[in-house]
Amino acid sequence: MTVTSDPASRVAKRPNRLFKNLMAKLASIPMILTALVVFVGGTTWTIVYSFTGSRMLPKTNWVGLDQYERLWSSDRWIISIKNLGIYGSFSMILTLVLGFCLAACLDRKIRFESAFRTIFLYPFALSFVVTGLAWQWILNPEFGVQSVVRGWGWETFTFNPLNDPDTVIFGILIAGLWQGTGLIMCIMLAGLRGIDEDIWKAAKVDGIGTIKTYVVVIIPMMRPVFITSLVLIAAGIIKLYDLVVAQTGGGPGLASEVPAKYVIEYMFRAQNLGQGFAASTMMLCSVVIILIPWAYLEFGGRKRG
Amino acid sequence: MSKVMKSLVMGTALTCATVAHAVELEVTHWWTSGGEAVAVTKFADAWNATGNTWVDGAIAGSGGTARPIIISRILGGDPMAATQLNHGRQAEELIEAGMMLDLTDVAEAGGWRDIVNPPALLDSCTLDGRIYCVPVNIHSGQWMWLSHAAYEKAGVPVPADWNEFVATAPELQAAGILPLAMGQQGWQQNLAFGAITIAVAGLDAWREVTVNKNAEVAAGPEYTAVFQAVADARELARGSNVQDWNQATNMVITGTAGAQLMGDWAQGEFAVAEKVEGQDYSCLPGLGLNAILDTGGDAFYFPVNDDPEITAAQKELAALLISPEVQVSFNLAKGSLPVRGDIDMSAANGCMQKGLGILADGGVLPSGDQSLSADTQTQIEDLMAQFWSGDMPAAEAQAKYVDIIASAD
Repeated sequence: MTVTSDPASRVAKRPNRLFKNLMAKLASIPMILTALVVFVGGTTWTIVYSFTGSRMLPKTNWVGLDQYERLWSSDRWIISIKNLGIYGSFSMILTLVLGFCLAACLDRKIRFESAFRTIFLYPFALSFVVTGLAWQWILNPEFGVQSVVRGWGWETFTFNPLNDPDTVIFGILIAGLWQGTGLIMCIMLAGLRGIDEDIWKAAKVDGIGTIKTYVVVIIPMMRPVFITSLVLIAAGIIKLYDLVVAQTGGGPGLASEVPAKYVIEYMFRAQNLGQGFAASTMMLCSVVIILIPWAYLEFGGRKRG
Repeated sequence: MSKVMKSLVMGTALTCATVAHAVELEVTHWWTSGGEAVAVTKFADAWNATGNTWVDGAIAGSGGTARPIIISRILGGDPMAATQLNHGRQAEELIEAGMMLDLTDVAEAGGWRDIVNPPALLDSCTLDGRIYCVPVNIHSGQWMWLSHAAYEKAGVPVPADWNEFVATAPELQAAGILPLAMGQQGWQQNLAFGAITIAVAGLDAWREVTVNKNAEVAAGPEYTAVFQAVADARELARGSNVQDWNQATNMVITGTAGAQLMGDWAQGEFAVAEKVEGQDYSCLPGLGLNAILDTGGDAFYFPVNDDPEITAAQKELAALLISPEVQVSFNLAKGSLPVRGDIDMSAANGCMQKGLGILADGGVLPSGDQSLSADTQTQIEDLMAQFWSGDMPAAEAQAKYVDIIASAD
């Protein structure tokens, strides 16, 4: 993660750093161009056209902030943002906690570790569409969990999250967690395996309990692993789309709409590119608002130190 | 020897000529369900019979999935030879950008102006006096489908209009039957809203709001009554948790629900379940109150092509799609109404005959697709999805509707 060069190269005799590692720099030119044209260029283009009244085709009839005004007065967008907030915060916390706990359990040298690891990681091999469909059936009251429990004798048991506007986002959260926790567990497990055995021995000598060792010693040591997990989970949250489409289609009503779905539907179904661009620009803004302070803390602080 | 050579050369030239004549046209559409696929083969067979080749480009999923694919192919410079779209405003910008073939000469040669009924169909293919698409069928959304089995169980006669349906709903509920089946998708709820609007508010108010975008009428007493009626319908559909329209139709077929508001394509489901019109189910166009149908439907567009040979074939295909024999065979298979009134449709069943009668009497209005842009349609569908699934008061929904109409273009 450190980007600062080591002191040895700074005092090197050849000052022209442009030609250092020339072949490596040549080799990365295609990627740099791709990044500039596709990411920076595409993003700029989208932002510029979000100030136009483009419909099916991009046009340069400027309308100022009209698209944004309409966006923020749209019920559907507000619901989408709220849903993403709920899904995002729960998903972030629960995935980290569950992923770490599962990894810690597997790390206690249990029997059949690899079997459990495979079981936990397996959902990650399924696409969101399959996950969504499977959980749509599991949560369906007629032949899912509810009917199974009722079959056991609890006649009044009710578990129908997907058809209730207040709980539908948690139904999606369950599927999201089921799918994503395994990967985070594996990353955490790799991190735990990287911890030196001697640390454990030292902690034992000092008489620190197992759980306290995890919380006070091991977790701080796993900071880079947590950062990686955080980025992976955050990316998964922002692009949440296919799971919703497969599981609920945004319903009941608009109760499980998410921003990415708004963007796609307004760009293509409603044939209103300007509105879709405005929504995707707002999504970008939210990412940037979270990313910049974090990047500053992560990278900026170290340079000064 | 030279003779042999000569005949060989001649032969090759001949083969070339025939190959050049048999043009392959790729046609994209989203007719993939059982009945729809049969209907498409009627087109394909007719086209292949002319010595050309129909390359079928079916795109699975509904129009919402297929349209973006079709449009991005045209925009991306990889146009198909012909494509299905709903006529109306969906292709407006593509026509303005000069990406669709002008069919005016074919239309004039075939006298489309005189044969297409209702003429509004051709109008929605027309931009600045030029014609850009061929309408092939008419689908209307203002139908109520009633289950005879459900009413028999409840012990009440099958209603003859919407008001009777609402009045008998408590008896259905007492018998444990859901009065109104409703798929939980915005477009279905919007379709029901549209059907109730025409039945309750009447044609004039509807036209003022939907065609002229008059927000004052949308805020007026006619529409207050509409939203009240839709709120009542919402209560009658409580507990209908199905998603797709055909699942809701299936509730009517099996008698677990009393009725459904759905377009005439629902007929195909009854036909597949081998139900008989008038005996197992009834259909009420215009909900039995206003015998008026909208004239949405499908049309074929022909993207502009550089190859003059393909352009000629495109025009040939355009003329074929609207020819009398093809219209009859296609629409009988599809269960839709033909776009021309001068052909014999006596093989059609009772519901289709009702529809044909209304068409002949001129009880038609343009569909939402023809009057509202896709953007406005989406906004109204969003509102309906929110309204039907929650507890939004009718007055609040009306206020939001007025906002959408006021900003519609």
